[in-house]
Amino acid sequence: MRLHSILRTMTKLLMPPIMLFGLYVQFHGDYGPGGGFQAGVIFAVAFILFTLIFGPTRARQVAPEWVTTPMCAIGVLLYAGVGVATMLLGGEYLNYNVLAHDPHHGQHMGILLVELGVGLTVWAVMVTIFLNFVERHDHAALDPGDGAEDGHV
Amino acid sequence: MPSLLSQNLPALQVVLPLVAAPLCLFLRLPRLAWLFALAVSGAAFAVSIALIVLVQQNGAFSYDMGGWAAPWGIEYVIDPLDSVMLCLVTGIATLVLMYAGPSVEAEIPRRQIPVFYVLFLLCLTGLLGMVATGDVFNLFVFLEISSLSTYALVAMGRDPRAQTSAYRYLILGSLGATFYVIGIGLLYMMTGTLNMEDLARRIPEVAETRTISVAIAFLAVGLALKLALFPLHKWLPGAYTHAPSVVTAFLAATATKVAIYVLVRIFFTVLGPIEAFQTLPATVSETQLVGVLAILAMMSGSAVAVFQYNLKRLFAYSSIAQVGYMMLGISMVSVTGMTGGLVHMVNHAMMKGTVFMALGAVILRVGSPDIRRLDGVGYRMPVTMAAFVLAAFSLIGVPGTVGFISKLYLVRGAIEGGHWIMVAAVLASSLLAVIYVWRVLEVAYFRSRPAGAAPVREAPLVMLAPMWVLALANVYFGLETTYTVGLTEAAADYILNYVPGEGPTWEHPLFEDPHGHGDGHGTGHGAGHAPEQDAHAPGVDP
Repeated sequence: MRLHSILRTMTKLLMPPIMLFGLYVQFHGDYGPGGGFQAGVIFAVAFILFTLIFGPTRARQVAPEWVTTPMCAIGVLLYAGVGVATMLLGGEYLNYNVLAHDPHHGQHMGILLVELGVGLTVWAVMVTIFLNFVERHDHAALDPGDGAEDGHV
Repeated sequence: MPSLLSQNLPALQVVLPLVAAPLCLFLRLPRLAWLFALAVSGAAFAVSIALIVLVQQNGAFSYDMGGWAAPWGIEYVIDPLDSVMLCLVTGIATLVLMYAGPSVEAEIPRRQIPVFYVLFLLCLTGLLGMVATGDVFNLFVFLEISSLSTYALVAMGRDPRAQTSAYRYLILGSLGATFYVIGIGLLYMMTGTLNMEDLARRIPEVAETRTISVAIAFLAVGLALKLALFPLHKWLPGAYTHAPSVVTAFLAATATKVAIYVLVRIFFTVLGPIEAFQTLPATVSETQLVGVLAILAMMSGSAVAVFQYNLKRLFAYSSIAQVGYMMLGISMVSVTGMTGGLVHMVNHAMMKGTVFMALGAVILRVGSPDIRRLDGVGYRMPVTMAAFVLAAFSLIGVPGTVGFISKLYLVRGAIEGGHWIMVAAVLASSLLAVIYVWRVLEVAYFRSRPAGAAPVREAPLVMLAPMWVLALANVYFGLETTYTVGLTEAAADYILNYVPGEGPTWEHPLFEDPHGHGDGHGTGHGAGHAPEQDAHAPGVDP
């Protein structure tokens, strides 16, 4: 991959806008089209593109397993936790009205937190699935290692 | 705090395992994850008991998720049928989890054990959600949660064939779920609503359209695939045979039951007002297509079971026959028949739960469920096999066991309806059950153990205890039927006489004041949420 300077440069150029767009979709979800699911997928696309060009070893340096696996659970916990919090505050499950003094703010806060949970989990699951497949291939083919692959593709 | 708890019981029922599942991932020690999952399912069981008491006191009631009123928001409805199903699923889950510890440690790689319990709890969440929800799309979401986790659980079996079985289950299960979602999509197209009660109210206006007929066809086929009705059952034997023993015990006792519940719910409440089930194509002399398929399932399932060597596969085919019994009762569309079908759902969970738990114990100690390697196992593992014998008698329908009760109601229902073919089919299928059960008993008790066989210990106490609780339940509920028959009869009566909107539960609060709820957050300080609390109080906190 060292020879493909166009691919490498373009990837490096594209990654920040993709991630920024992911964040935009994430936090704009309560005003317009978008939301946690789409944002999570877009954010994961940046990582997948990175993996395609630079190989899974370097991708695992950016998104190590000890980050992605717990993230799958933390997103769900954030979502479900908001619901539990609203129940403890006296509302129904996921009734955001009770989260703040003003129901309007409560709704805003609730949907942001819940969508953040969705985004985290979707991102983590997408990256986990993709990297698992890529790494599985490496194990199966008994490649000498990702570093070597990096050199001669 | 107590009122806070009782107010949110329907949500808690589903949320408890949902929150516990991701937490379980952080418990690295296998034993810790096991005890945590067990505690959670025990708590869920307590919640379901509380719900049964509430429903018996006050009748059906509903819960508005997120405080959004019913036809717009997602509503959870707990009626007599729901409360029975919730209790069944959580009860079996608790017993199976208690039993799971040693079996899982033997069959699952140590590193994957926490993940196993995560998936188990997710599957439980899905099954409970399917029962509790009052919204057809929400039901689809929970159907997928339970199915996807089930595919992964099946694939965790030791045998490499578990993966092909899981893959086949994945393809067929996804087909079933897709058909279901196409069906509700078509219903939504015609009515503009996804709430079950609202659908039931609006469907009669559009009942004569072709769209609704197509929707009914998709729903019938999709759900029949999910519940393994006769020609659509091919995923079941492989999945049950190769899944880890604990998963087989749990799935056999709950998963198909919940799918049958969904069929009953969709066809008798959502589509109840247009009598969709009654108008499914009639084939043989007033007997519906479903009834005919049920008879075929009973005969073919039992007949194939007679020739199996792998005991897990044998009882998987027997499960297909038992699904036939349940659908037979439901296809009679009478209170007695429906009671027979529903009570068999509960009873079969007890029988097959015990049978597969006993087989799991045998696999743990002997290493194989192959009948040719089990000579004299009745003397090598006497306690386990005694529980197995009780459940097997129950499967045949020996008087004094639950199997007799369900067959009694099925036959009574068939005679009341004048369906003589069905009476004959129940009896014939029971005779076939005698044959396949006898094969096992003969090997277990009438042959001496091979000379060179290694000595086998009895299964550990934590596996025997839940197995025996369930085995004794087979006898107890066979003699004392107030709870099982009483509850299911109430449920059958409720479901067959279901009239939307006339339930004692709720009115559309939004019809009177269109800006009261939907724009609630626009109204400012306390005004936005105070009336909302009042509006739901009668339904939730009686």
